[in-house]
Amino acid sequence: MTTPSVRELMPQVRLRHWGRWVIAVVILVILGALAYGASQGDISWRDIPYYIISPIILTGLVNTIILAVAAQVVAVVLGVIIALMRISENPVAKWFAAAYTWLFRGLPVLLQILLWYNLALIFPRLQLGIPFTDVVFIDLSTNAVMTTFVAAFLGLMLNESAYMAEIVRAGLNSVDRGQIEAAQSIGETPLQRMWRIVLPQAMRVIIPPTGNDFINMLKGTAMASVIGYVELIRAANNIASFNLQVMETLIAAAFWYMVIVSVASVGQSYLERSFDRSDRARGGSGGSRRARRRLARDLMTPPLVRSQS
Amino acid sequence: MTDSRTTRPVLDAVRVSKHYGSNEVLKDVSLQVAAGEVVCIIGPSGAGKSTFLRCINRLEVPDAGEVWVDGEAMGFEERDGKLYELSERRLSKQRASTGMVFQHFNLFPHLTVLGNVMEGPVRVQKRPAATVRAEARAVLERVGLGDKIDSYPSQLSGGQRQRVAIARAVAMKPLFLLFDEPTSALDPELVGEVLTVMAGLAADGMTMLVVTHEMGFAREVADRVVFMADGGIVEQGTVDEVLLHPREARTQRFLERVLA
Repeated sequence: MTTPSVRELMPQVRLRHWGRWVIAVVILVILGALAYGASQGDISWRDIPYYIISPIILTGLVNTIILAVAAQVVAVVLGVIIALMRISENPVAKWFAAAYTWLFRGLPVLLQILLWYNLALIFPRLQLGIPFTDVVFIDLSTNAVMTTFVAAFLGLMLNESAYMAEIVRAGLNSVDRGQIEAAQSIGETPLQRMWRIVLPQAMRVIIPPTGNDFINMLKGTAMASVIGYVELIRAANNIASFNLQVMETLIAAAFWYMVIVSVASVGQSYLERSFDRSDRARGGSGGSRRARRRLARDLMTPPLVRSQS
Repeated sequence: MTDSRTTRPVLDAVRVSKHYGSNEVLKDVSLQVAAGEVVCIIGPSGAGKSTFLRCINRLEVPDAGEVWVDGEAMGFEERDGKLYELSERRLSKQRASTGMVFQHFNLFPHLTVLGNVMEGPVRVQKRPAATVRAEARAVLERVGLGDKIDSYPSQLSGGQRQRVAIARAVAMKPLFLLFDEPTSALDPELVGEVLTVMAGLAADGMTMLVVTHEMGFAREVADRVVFMADGGIVEQGTVDEVLLHPREARTQRFLERVLA
């Protein structure tokens, strides 16, 4: 074929994708019907903004955040310890960590919260002393110690720590054995190896599921309402018990759940980015674009795992 | 360099044994390396070459035998005529005086090239970052990667990665360097650049113990060649003795196969 084609180009008619139009219209019609239906409901929409900023709901919001953050932070610390026990050479520590995970992951959180809250039924007093002697250092009424916060905290935290142990273990196992050997070969101590080499790399595997867990934790605090801890749902119910505006107050609570969950999601993606260094970027784009992207990332990235350069 | 060879060996492995289950990987292997000497270990796969190398810096704990580095038994403290095993922490201090280059590079992917090279001197030797940075640049310059210091390992070719790994080991100013098949994971066209860097180190007087399949490198650079098979040293000597005029039938057969 050497002679150029003399054929004229003809107009092309693209496929119309009628199916997409049909589906889009159906979705919009259903949404419109739902919105109309909702507007017919016996609900006073104008009261909801008032509930959203009411002191009772805001107190519930703060309590929700405190409980979730406290339980998650302690669960992460405990989870790391359990994970280290699980991968240690000590058979007793290994066994203990496995049993711990099995127990606290297996029981429903609500059940654990109820068990802790009712601890006084079997142990009216909590004592710390030397067994078989009269020496007692601490002696407290169980009911004084086991407040609604403490019971909810223990239930949520212990359950989460079991999940965190598995997440951390998976993260540590994801780091290539050769990385540890290389760190050994330059004389790093076990602590340095863990802190400088293994953890920064394990973080990429650990952070996404931990973020998911924290979002679940924010919502899981709702279970604390059962024992009377005044988090968002309990706060909403407290208002509704006066004026019967159950739906309005619950929607106000729903609004705040969406806000804190969205904030947590943003924080999670930010953390993920900071641990996802260019060690994943492979070939492809041109050198200058890659350099610019790295610069942009460096400017955005907190110096969590920044190298010595 | 010639008179340094007559001094006390910088590395003295004495009757090192290692087995995995019923599989005896090393049987009573002894080897001395003098300062400035380049020793190449050759032999068929499964001969125990890599295991022997890893026993030297105790990445692998030998079942029996001793490895003396500069007058200290690796992993032990000598007291009242006995050897007391050291904690992992104190063993780490001993390891800092040795260097190792791995088959699969094992660069730290979350650190830049410069960060990889500076990690040991700054974190382990606790030397000031400013001087270490200058030295690290110089070392990277020498392995031909002066323009790559801010790159991450994933942005480098295999040959470049291995040269960074060599720079990382050299930056610790070790008494000797252990090379565990440093070119086996490389594409053929990248082998040369790594061997050139290694030959340069040898010429500078670096003490090196190299497990390799590169017979050309052994012939050019080695002061001594050690042939290992079935967990033991079959014969050793100069290039001329082992590679050109092997005495043992086992060595002859191996060389016939690899040089064919």
